[in-house]
Amino acid sequence: MADEVVKLVKKVDGITREATQEMIDEALVAYPEKGRKKRAPHLAPNDPSACSTCVKSNRKTVPGVMSARGCAYAGAKGVVWGPIRDMAHISHGPVGCGWYSWGTRRNLMSGKNGVTQFAMQMTSDFQEKDIVYGGDKKLATLLTETRELFPLAKGISVLSECPVGLIGDDINSVARKMSAELDLPVVPCSCEGFRGVSQSLGHHISNDTIRDYVIGTREFTEPAGPHDVALIGDYNIGGDVWAAKALLAEIGLNVKATWTGDGELDRIAATHQVKLNLIHCYRSMNYMCRVMEEKYGIPWLEFNFFGPTKIRESLRAIAARFDDQIKENVERVIARRDLEMQKVVDEYRPRLEGKRVMLYVGGLRPRHTVGAYEDLGMVVIGAGYEFAHADDYDRTMPELPDATVIYDDASEHELEHFVQKLKPDLIGSGIKEKYLFQKMGLPFRQMHSWDYSGPYHAYQGFPVFARDVDLAVNSPTWKLVKSPF
Amino acid sequence: MANSLGLKVLPVTTTSPEEEARVAAWIDTQEYREKNFARQALVVNPVHACQPLGAELCAHGFEGTLPFVHGSQGCASYYRSTLSRHFREPAPAVSDAMTEDGAVFGGQANLHEGLENAVALYKPKMLAIFTSCMPEVIGDDLTAFIRNARSKNLVPRDLPTPYANTPSFKGTHVTGYDNMLAAILQTLTEGKKVEGRCTGKLNFIPGFDANTGNYRDYKRIFEAFGIPATVLADISETFDSPNDGTYRLYPGGTSLVEAGDSVNGKATLTVGPHATAKTFAWIKEQYAGKHAALPMPMGIARTDEFLLKLSELFDRPVPDVLKAERGRAVDAMTDAQQYMHGKKFAVYGDPDQLLGYVSFLLEMGAVPWHVLCSRGSKKLEKELQALLDASAYGKGCQIWMNRDLWHLRSLVMTDPVDAVIGDTHGKFLARDARIPLFRFGFPVFDRVNKHRSPIIGYQGAINMLTEICNKFIDLKDDTCEERFFEMMR
Repeated sequence: MADEVVKLVKKVDGITREATQEMIDEALVAYPEKGRKKRAPHLAPNDPSACSTCVKSNRKTVPGVMSARGCAYAGAKGVVWGPIRDMAHISHGPVGCGWYSWGTRRNLMSGKNGVTQFAMQMTSDFQEKDIVYGGDKKLATLLTETRELFPLAKGISVLSECPVGLIGDDINSVARKMSAELDLPVVPCSCEGFRGVSQSLGHHISNDTIRDYVIGTREFTEPAGPHDVALIGDYNIGGDVWAAKALLAEIGLNVKATWTGDGELDRIAATHQVKLNLIHCYRSMNYMCRVMEEKYGIPWLEFNFFGPTKIRESLRAIAARFDDQIKENVERVIARRDLEMQKVVDEYRPRLEGKRVMLYVGGLRPRHTVGAYEDLGMVVIGAGYEFAHADDYDRTMPELPDATVIYDDASEHELEHFVQKLKPDLIGSGIKEKYLFQKMGLPFRQMHSWDYSGPYHAYQGFPVFARDVDLAVNSPTWKLVKSPF
Repeated sequence: MANSLGLKVLPVTTTSPEEEARVAAWIDTQEYREKNFARQALVVNPVHACQPLGAELCAHGFEGTLPFVHGSQGCASYYRSTLSRHFREPAPAVSDAMTEDGAVFGGQANLHEGLENAVALYKPKMLAIFTSCMPEVIGDDLTAFIRNARSKNLVPRDLPTPYANTPSFKGTHVTGYDNMLAAILQTLTEGKKVEGRCTGKLNFIPGFDANTGNYRDYKRIFEAFGIPATVLADISETFDSPNDGTYRLYPGGTSLVEAGDSVNGKATLTVGPHATAKTFAWIKEQYAGKHAALPMPMGIARTDEFLLKLSELFDRPVPDVLKAERGRAVDAMTDAQQYMHGKKFAVYGDPDQLLGYVSFLLEMGAVPWHVLCSRGSKKLEKELQALLDASAYGKGCQIWMNRDLWHLRSLVMTDPVDAVIGDTHGKFLARDARIPLFRFGFPVFDRVNKHRSPIIGYQGAINMLTEICNKFIDLKDDTCEERFFEMMR
């Protein structure tokens, strides 16, 4: 069984702890002393046995270094609340935050836009007078208007931007009053961007508001079944939820709710009735898994649906929580799908064997995608997170080869230096990094948004992932970069 | 069982397909339009973003300049992502990552540490500092903070550090562009005015324009005239840099020396009168030489006006090559006018571009039926009205000021048009109305190379009409009955 596999320490030719540390030291030279002191603990050669003690994480971003991080609002709007499709999400404050996060995460939604799903930019568009006199009154009016214009919205989230918290507005009492008046859940979420050190606190604050305002407020009308589960921490980037849900259904599980990709508020609210929570992105939603475990006794299980090896391990771990029927289903599905996946590997692996990858992403991807690259014969030689905590690094270090460079909240200066030194064959990071590295002639994939592709999850996703990695690495366009004159 | 807040527990409900269909039909009605237009507080799908985005775009237009956001780090990430998505280019900028304690102590410590790190790591020739919400709300005194940084030698003595207050709760991205441009020019020209000196150059101000092709075409026109020009905030190389295997942090931008010397220019011309109102007002007081503000040269008449102004300012005839180009553009328009004549358009965008779209459409005999600006002045409204009034094709057209794209959706569903001109954000309403969207504005997230195709000048007119007419012809080919599907169009 998967959990009995003894983890082997992976090695990469030419990468030693000494060489990696030297590379890190070189990157740090450019910093003023204070900056260097602050950044040094966030960079280290991997020690698969030492886990999170290698690097410091979840600390304030050092000013002026060009961090890729977002803010608490980004974590609330972009990650946790925004993907719930049947709620109106109000970006409460000035116009910008909601505008920048409008349709830019690729959390796809079913339903009809403006009718049953609300992938839109709804904002109170604060003006100077709202800063001076406060925005509570405007908020109350706006909530009424939202109810009237979008009658099928199952609820409204109020996502505070920086000024709201600074001017002392009381969105909680407005939400309480209006919720009663409109007979609709109105969830106040104080996720001002200045709170915390990254988007991570936005996830936590949003989880807390789900705990306080949502969970336990609905009940499924159909009787509970032994195979009821919820899919947690999947945001349906490029259709991931649909791929994952189909696989869970294929093995006989009944996915009652998805959190929060293509999510429905009522189903999320009734998740306290499921038998098991299956969590993909631990970072953004472990909080609610713990709440549901403590309050309702629902166990939770982390899994990984990237690449056939990890999918296989995960399916067996999931089956172990259920009856023989599910176990049988899982083996049958694995047997059948392994053949299909082998064809994918046979097609792409010869072109990708031995290629080196560097990752700098968020959430779960710097660790969860490692296996998928390995399925294609590739090796990850550097990884880091924008907003991880120690428990993320605990889960990451063992997945990565020994002595590879680990970077937490990397600055652009550091990333550029590491890439110059290591010359990877592929970089997986975000939009802000993409064109920098492509200008160097290096293949790149956006690994937050799947670079406008996807899904990458589950058996539906792996062939797409493999194709995308191949097209990035082996595009003939890279050969044109060097001019003959 | 009750929730922790004592909220009542209800059954899970599902919206039935019938209910969805009923509301889907309802939001297309006149009744809904009236409700929608009665909105007082809620803004849905606005066209405008906030000031600092424009400030960052402007900063990228200067040589060796690192945009520096005084405020939360998330703000900087949002602006950078937006610019990178639009241009498919890097948009390097830093923030000083203010957090909660900034609310208590102010942002000076962050600003100072940020300046020191940014200078050490990214060795800018200029730091262009602008603000997001937090320091604006708590009332940070940038003037004092930067003076203090200088007295502590945190930045090199000769490093210019222009700064602009760009509160997100006032104006739009266009206002932020203006504020940053004014601040940069004020800083760079300080003490540079020399009595009697004339650079002999044109200072050219494009305004908030995220089309690098436009910049290249402006420069081509100046070259054709033989007019030496300094483009103030030239983003064309920054956001359209070659891929030759080397990443350059600062691949282009207006030379700082030239920008400083612009105060001694022979003439200063802005084609973003709305986007650079503040900057231009200051220039009129401070700059030597002649000053002119013209509408963005879109379509024939406005390009004519532009060329005549250049001719007048520099006492040079309009070069033959541009006369021929005019002829070609007019030829293209007369050849293609039948595909646009009488077609109704909904147009929205930033003020200067909006005036350009309307002017161009009227020249083609097309009808700018709904003209919408999500933040615009009375002055803009008057100018738009005057344009419409001056043309037979403007009859009955309506101007919608301070309305958003959810309003525009109601408009195109109840009072239909044949196409929309705007930016990527209009794609939802265009799809609902089953009409094409022409992405001439900013941002474009979902098509490639739109920012490389100029929409100004005679060539821009050809580009726009080619895209529009061919799309209409495509539509006919794609949707007509088999018996009407024919070789020629």
